[in-house]
Order: sequence, then C-alpha cells, then structure tokens
Amino acid sequence: MSSTTIKPPSGGKVNRIGLPMADYKGGDSTLCAGCGHDAITSQIIRAFWEYGVEPHRLAKLSGIGCSSKTPAYFLNQSHGINAVHGRMPSVGTGAVLGNKDLIAVGVSGDGDSASIGLGQFCHMLRRNVPMIYIVENNGVYGLTKGQFSATADYGSKAKGGSVNELPAIDVCALSIELGCNFVARSFAGDPKQLISLLKGAIGHRGTAMLDIVSPCVTFNNHEGSTKSYPFAKAHDELLHELSFVPFFEQINVEFEEGESVDVSLHDGSHLKLRKLHQGYSPTDKIGALRMLTEATDQRELLTGLVYINEEGDDFISQLNTVDRPLATLTQEETQPSREALQEIMESLM
Amino acid sequence: MADPAGRGAFQSRVHLVRNTLQNPRFLPFESSDCGGDDRVFHVIVICLCNARFAWRPDSTVKKGDDVSQQSSDAAVLDEEGGRGPDPVTNDFSIQIATVNGSGSQSANTILMRSIFQMGIPVSGKNLFPSNIAGLPTWFTIRVNKDGWTARCKELDFLIAMNAQTAAEDVMGLDPGRVVVYEEKLGLSSLRDDLIFYPVPFAKLATEISSDSRLRKLLANMLYVGVVGELISIDPQEIDKAIAKQFKGKKKAIELNLKAIEIGVQYAKENIRKLDPFLCERMDKTAGKIIIDGNAACALGAMFAGVTVATWYPITPSSSVCESLIGYMGKYRHEDDGKATYAIVQAEDELAAVGMAIGAGWVGARSMTSTSGPGISLMAEFTGFAYYAEIPVVIFDITRVGPSTGLPTRTQQSDIFSLVFLSHGDTKHIVLIPASIKECFSMSMDAFDLTERFQTPVFIMSDLDLGMNNWMSDPIEFPEVKLDRGKVLSKEDLDRVGSFGRYDDVDGDGIPYRTLPGTKHPLASYFTRGSGHDAQATYSERADDYQNNVDRLARKYDTARKHVPEPIIDYVDGSRIGILAFGTTDMAAAESRDQLEKEYDLKTHYYRLRALPFTSHLDEFFDRCDRVYVVEQNRDAQMASLMRMEMSTDRIAKIRNILHYTGIPIDARFITNNLTANENREQQKEAL
Repeated sequence: MSSTTIKPPSGGKVNRIGLPMADYKGGDSTLCAGCGHDAITSQIIRAFWEYGVEPHRLAKLSGIGCSSKTPAYFLNQSHGINAVHGRMPSVGTGAVLGNKDLIAVGVSGDGDSASIGLGQFCHMLRRNVPMIYIVENNGVYGLTKGQFSATADYGSKAKGGSVNELPAIDVCALSIELGCNFVARSFAGDPKQLISLLKGAIGHRGTAMLDIVSPCVTFNNHEGSTKSYPFAKAHDELLHELSFVPFFEQINVEFEEGESVDVSLHDGSHLKLRKLHQGYSPTDKIGALRMLTEATDQRELLTGLVYINEEGDDFISQLNTVDRPLATLTQEETQPSREALQEIMESLM
Repeated sequence: MADPAGRGAFQSRVHLVRNTLQNPRFLPFESSDCGGDDRVFHVIVICLCNARFAWRPDSTVKKGDDVSQQSSDAAVLDEEGGRGPDPVTNDFSIQIATVNGSGSQSANTILMRSIFQMGIPVSGKNLFPSNIAGLPTWFTIRVNKDGWTARCKELDFLIAMNAQTAAEDVMGLDPGRVVVYEEKLGLSSLRDDLIFYPVPFAKLATEISSDSRLRKLLANMLYVGVVGELISIDPQEIDKAIAKQFKGKKKAIELNLKAIEIGVQYAKENIRKLDPFLCERMDKTAGKIIIDGNAACALGAMFAGVTVATWYPITPSSSVCESLIGYMGKYRHEDDGKATYAIVQAEDELAAVGMAIGAGWVGARSMTSTSGPGISLMAEFTGFAYYAEIPVVIFDITRVGPSTGLPTRTQQSDIFSLVFLSHGDTKHIVLIPASIKECFSMSMDAFDLTERFQTPVFIMSDLDLGMNNWMSDPIEFPEVKLDRGKVLSKEDLDRVGSFGRYDDVDGDGIPYRTLPGTKHPLASYFTRGSGHDAQATYSERADDYQNNVDRLARKYDTARKHVPEPIIDYVDGSRIGILAFGTTDMAAAESRDQLEKEYDLKTHYYRLRALPFTSHLDEFFDRCDRVYVVEQNRDAQMASLMRMEMSTDRIAKIRNILHYTGIPIDARFITNNLTANENREQQKEAL
C-alpha cells in the first residue's frame, strides 16, 4: 500500500469541522455477529467523519433486506428513509430532485438491486442521479433465510444443498454499460480499500456505484461460495493500491512515474492509484468491461476502482433548476402572478 | 341553474322502443339495480321529441342514387313538402364520424369554437379508439342554449366521413335527423326517414391542393364550411377560430380558409336546407373559456407551487403532465432561465410515485399523474407513504378497467382502489372535481391537504372531464396563502426543545415533521414502512403498532373537517334525493330539471366532492325517503362506502343508478331509471 496516510483529524478527537466521530454513529446493529454489512457500516461512519461532511446534509436511503437495515446504524444525525423493496433508487431520485443540496447515500443489497429493483437500479444509473449507491453483495437472501439472489455465482451451492444453475448478474459491468461514471468493487474485509473508495464516491458528481462483497456469515459463508470470507480472502486481487486525498489536503502521495494514475474528482479531491494489474486503466471503459468478464471466467475477485470518468453533468445539473433547493421555494417564488393567469385565461377565450 | 325549457318542454311522450337497429355504441348494457327487473339487453329507452320540429317522413326523402340526384333531392322535397320545418335553434347535437389520425380534431375544434364564439353554450366529447391511426372515432358537439353540458344521447346532425361506420352510424339515428356525408358512400338508400345531404368532399378537396396528404386533412375543413353554412354559423367566427387554431402558421391558415370557403360555397349552391337546426347568436359565452380538465388540473398544480412532478405516460392522464410542461416552461423560469421546478418522465409508475414520494419527504410539493393500471402499480408505495406519513399528490384520471379495459373510455370505477390503495389498514383522502374550476381549485386543495395531513391525496378525475373540452367561467386568481402544514424549522426546534416524528402533540392525529437538510441536533429521524414508535424508532411492540395506526385513523377523521364540503341543494317538500359526484354531476343536474319539468318531481341534490365523507351525509339521508346514488361503475362503489359508515335505517334508503358502458352518462338515463323505480316504489306502497 502507499506510503502516505490521511492525517487523522487534529487532536484525534474531532474532524476538520470540529465534530467527534460519535456524531457520525448510528444505532446498534441487529445483524448477525460477523456480518460483512457491519464492517461496511464502520467504514461509512469513518469516511464521512474523516471527510468532514456535515451530517445534516446527508439523506440516507435504503430498500428492503439486511443491507437496507444498515442506514439506521450510521449517521444518526442525518435524515433517513427505509423505502420499499427494490425501489429506493426512485425515492433517492425524488429526494435530490427536491433538494439538490442533499448528499444521497443509498444502501442496497443484491436482492434489492439485482432482482426486484433491477429496473430502478438501471434507470438511476442511466440518469446519472447524484447518489452514492452501495450494493452490499452477499449473493443470498438473508432475511428470508438463504434463497439465491441474482448475483449468486453460477454453480454455487446454497446452505441447503441446492445448486444455482443461472449466471450471475455483474452489477459493475451492468453499471458501466449503462453509463455510470464511478464504478467500484470492494470487499467488506478490506477496510483500507473500502474507505478510499467511499471517499472517492463522496467526491464524485453523479451516481457512484460501489459493489461491495459482504459475506453472509449465516447463509453464504461456506466452501464453494464466492461471496464468503475464505473465498474473498483467497481470491481478492487488487487492481491497484488506492489512496484518497481530500480536497482540503495537499497531495503528497508519490508513486513512481508510469505506474500510477491520478484522478481528480469533482470537488477537488484526488484518487491516486498505483497499478498492480498489468495494463489496466480505470478510465478505459472497454478495458474495464474486458477485465470484469475475464475475472468472472477465472473465478477471481478483482477489487478497486473499476471505472471512472469525471466528465459530464449529473441528472440534477441537466435539469437547470434554480440554485436553491426546490423544497425551500416559497409561495412567492413558485406561484405565477395574477397577470400570468389572466394571460392564460385570455388565450382560452 | 339554467332553465332547459326548450328541449324538456317537448318531451311529452316517452316511448319504449325495441330497436335492434340501434348503433351498438349506444346500445350499452345500461342497468340499474333499483330493485326491479329492469336489467335489459338491447332495449333502449328513447325519448323522441317529435314536437320539436314539424317533419313528415313521406315528404322529405327520395330514394335513389344520391350521386346523380344530389341537388334534385331538395327540389323534389320542396315541391312535396311545401313548408319548411319550424326551426330548432341552439338546441341540437352534431356528431362527426371520422377515422382517427385523419386530422379531424382541428376541424372539430374549429366547428365547436365557432359556435362558442357566437355566444352559444357548447360542449364537445371525443369518443376515440385506443389506436394511432385508422380506426373509427366520433366527436360530438352539443349545442345547448340552456348550458347543459352532459352527453346527449339523441344525435341530430351526423357528419359521416368514415366509410367503415357510415352505414351503422346512419342506422343508429332517430327518424328525422340529418346526415351530411361523402357522396361516394351512397348512404341515402339506407333509410327513408332521414334528411340526407350528399357532398363530394374528395372531389372538392382537389380544388384546394394538389398535395394528396393535404387534401385529406382539408377534406375535414370542408365539412366545417358545409355544416357552418347549413346551420348558419357566422363565417367570420369560423375565420377567427381558424386563426386561433393555427396561430401564426400563415400557410395553414390560408389553406384552411380556402377549404372553408369552398365548403360554404358548395352548400350555398347545391344544398337546399330541409332540416330545422340553426345557430343564432346569443350572449351566453362572453368571457368564458374552453379548456380540458387535465389542463385545468395542471394549472391548479402550477398555482399551488408544485416543484417536482414525475410521471409515466398513460391515457387518459398524459395531458396532465404534458400541459404542466407547457405552462411551467412559460411561467416558472426565473430571469436567468433557471426553472423553479423539475418534471421527470419516469421509467414506470412505480418509479413515478417513488420519485414523488422522495421529493415529498424532503419537503418539495410533488405530484404524479396516472390512470387505473398505474394506480395498481402505485399501491405498495402509496401504503408506504400513508404509513411513513409522506405528502404526495396523485392524479387519477380514470378510465375503464379492469386491466387494460377500455383505455379511451370513461368510468368512475377506481373508487375502491383509491380509498383503500395498498395492503393493510389504509384509507386515503380523495378529491373529486366535477368542473373545470374544481379541477383547478381541488388541485390546489390537494397540495395543501397532503402537506397538512402528511398523507397521499388523490384527485379522482376521469377521461370525460380530463380529455374533453369544456366551456367554463374563467379561473380566478387564488387569493389564498398556501398551507405547508406542520413543519418544524431549526428555529422552531430551538423553541420547542423536543421532537418526536410520530408524536401526536396536538391531539388531531397529525404529527410534526422536519425536513432532511435541517441543521439541528433534534431534526433527524429515520422513517420507514416497518413498525415504529412515536420517535420513529423501529419497533415491533404491540402497543406501539396499535397506538400508531389508531392515530392514523384519528388523523383521517380530522380530515373530514378539512376536505371540500359537498354542494347540497334542498328543495321544499321533496323526500327524494339524488347523490352524484364528478362527471355524473352534469347529467344529474340536467336530470333533476327533466324530473321537475316532465314529472313534476322535485329532488334534493347532494354533490359529493371528497372522501372521507363529511358530517353532511347523514343529514341529507334523514331528509329523504330514498337517495339515488348515481355512479359510473358496475359495483355501486360509492354507495358501498356509504354502507360501511352509515346506520342501517339510512342504508335502507340507498337506491343505485349505475351506468358503466364507457360512454359518459346522460341525463335521460338517470331520469328514466329514477322514474321507473319511483313507480315501482309507489306501487309497492299502494299494495
């Protein structure tokens, strides 16, 4: 890993806006002990704290499933909404339509995004809705006790012994295909990579899709499951070493020339990547798709920033709405005049 | 209420006619369950107003080849008849039968508007297929000096332009009516009791343009000219209407004016008028507007300050958001060009309502619009918004179900699904406009109510009101302060010092909310569709669940005092009531007039304007022996809701009049069913 670390906030107790990490915590988790989701939750808390995002600016969103319970376990000082199964993307879209100042963070699962919610997931990506969208991917339906999801690997065995005969949907490949400009894959057991990617997602404009393999310790953590701790630990191949430099810090990450990539994000932050995978560049769309396909064939778990493109407007900018959030507009700002109504009436006479 | 003496006075005789020749479109299975055996197939109650004009079948029709003898028809008739008919002025209906996609809509609008501009009340109804081009479509213009706007079952003037339906259309007419038709269709041999005016439309069109596509379009304008001349529409008004229709398109205006002129000229030179129908200038439309209900709903939403509208196209609701796009584009951009709104076409109705709910949650005034199938898809999300208590306005422009049903026909059959939409114990607020002004005012009310009560609010309009053009008084500027409901700001939180999202602080069932983005340590909450306590914390406790749903019921009861009140008309000495809502109102109002004039039967009237019911309902039933609940659905859905809430003695007074053919209900249907049942009731009493 890189030689540089992000400076801990001064004094180790408060972040750059003067808040202790406790202000970014949520309620106690009710998930199974050892659940990958809880590891992700910890990194979400840490990422927002270290970044120094004001908690009230967040809107937490989720659908239904184990993953969708987790927004209750982080950032208690942010508003949150636990919507209906598979349809959190539309609620998130509406939330940022109504208030463009909000930082939307959606937490979903593989059932929520790749099965029941596949349509809404695709259209959110296609629109490039500004939203951090996390898929806590364990290849299994936990809350209903162990049925296969659409990301379960071909040939994998369920706890009860049945074998999945259908190919898996690769949400990363799908996201690239649909025009998503920030596509990452990570593993709940790699907090260091995860936090860099989460921070990169915060700095990105548009949909940032993070597919995070998050083993289900109860239903899918056995031999033969590619979404298990043993498999992920044995097969996790890092695409690159990843460092995140927030906009409020000097860049002092040094890689040797020719083996690094620097991506400057919308808010002035930087993602620095030291290449580990031969010939791979995260700004090459076709290369990214090829790499994902090959990894699937070779039963490899390649993690890192799969694809990034910092150009182009997000959905909300395209709509060219006023700078203030629409939700804050008053009657005076939204009700046309008496003369306007008169003009309309005359046109109908 | 207008006095309809003209038409009603003539309706002295009522005939039950078994008529297998009736046009099947007007041969619906019309029924009522008034208690007797009056469910009839293929029997239609026709009220002939023979006295309206002096007409004798043997004096007006000459069989033969109407192509060669088109002008001699008139001559023969004149010799034999010897006298013209007594004129029927400003009280008739015109039906134009065309093929959809042929551009007849502009012609029909111009015809209707020209009459309107002469000061004569008109209403238009478009009966169209679920198809882009090539299938039959009918447009009916009702000209009525008394201002009745409901569908009129009797057609007086048929313009037969569609070869596919011409014969059937002609056979469906009552004797003595008029047919203007493309002469090649050779219709005059079909009946000997109608007045036929053959016109070589195709041939005349060649005089206007050499472009075959244009010729087709302009043939429609020719019939406007011909009929305009026949019924004495002021040509200047037609010119004005054309200029309005094709605003700024010089070439189009020129061509259309030319077509009108040729039509007028043809009629002058070749047709001898034998029918009695005439337009005569009045002063009843001065200052009035013509607009469709969906556009009026869109205007209401705009003036209510809607900021987020998300939708998915579906007939007959698409024009709500399409009109909104037009109006907002013009009136809701700031000086720098930036919009004070966002309108998004979603990928389906699930997403449309999801986006609207997301926007409502963060405090934007949000809406979606749809029709029956979309309502079904929105069910889960609506229950979520009910339980998580999130404002959203949902327009349901109803059509005929179930399933795809008749997508281009009208009905009021979504009542059950709207009131109870979603699983679990849910009940929703539904506003039911019955006029253009109410489309506007109730749209505004809906946004206030949804924010006040933090629950989904439905507007239940229908295809008839939403997609047809209606004459109306202009919409007045709303002199109201918008009600944004119980929202706690940062300053409020400082002041009150505590906040529980689902805490019933005021005892009215309505909690306070904060908006995402509010910078205050007390502001945040995590809302969800799963069980929660007053602090919005996840809870599976029995008492938390029950307290919460009981509070929601209290909130719904509070709403009874805030939804639009019914319009009630009590008359002296009556014990019979009529209850209607939405587009049944137009027919019910006219029927009351018929009942009084023809049967000397005075009725109380209750026009329901919203759900939940208000306290006025019980009193109305107490002042009646029988209440006829008029609805456009099979299952008496509104009356069934009343049965759920009313005492048994009141329930016993309910009589149903149900019309569910997809065609708008007409006054005569109500009058006939009501009088038939009254006769039965009186016979029963006599026994």
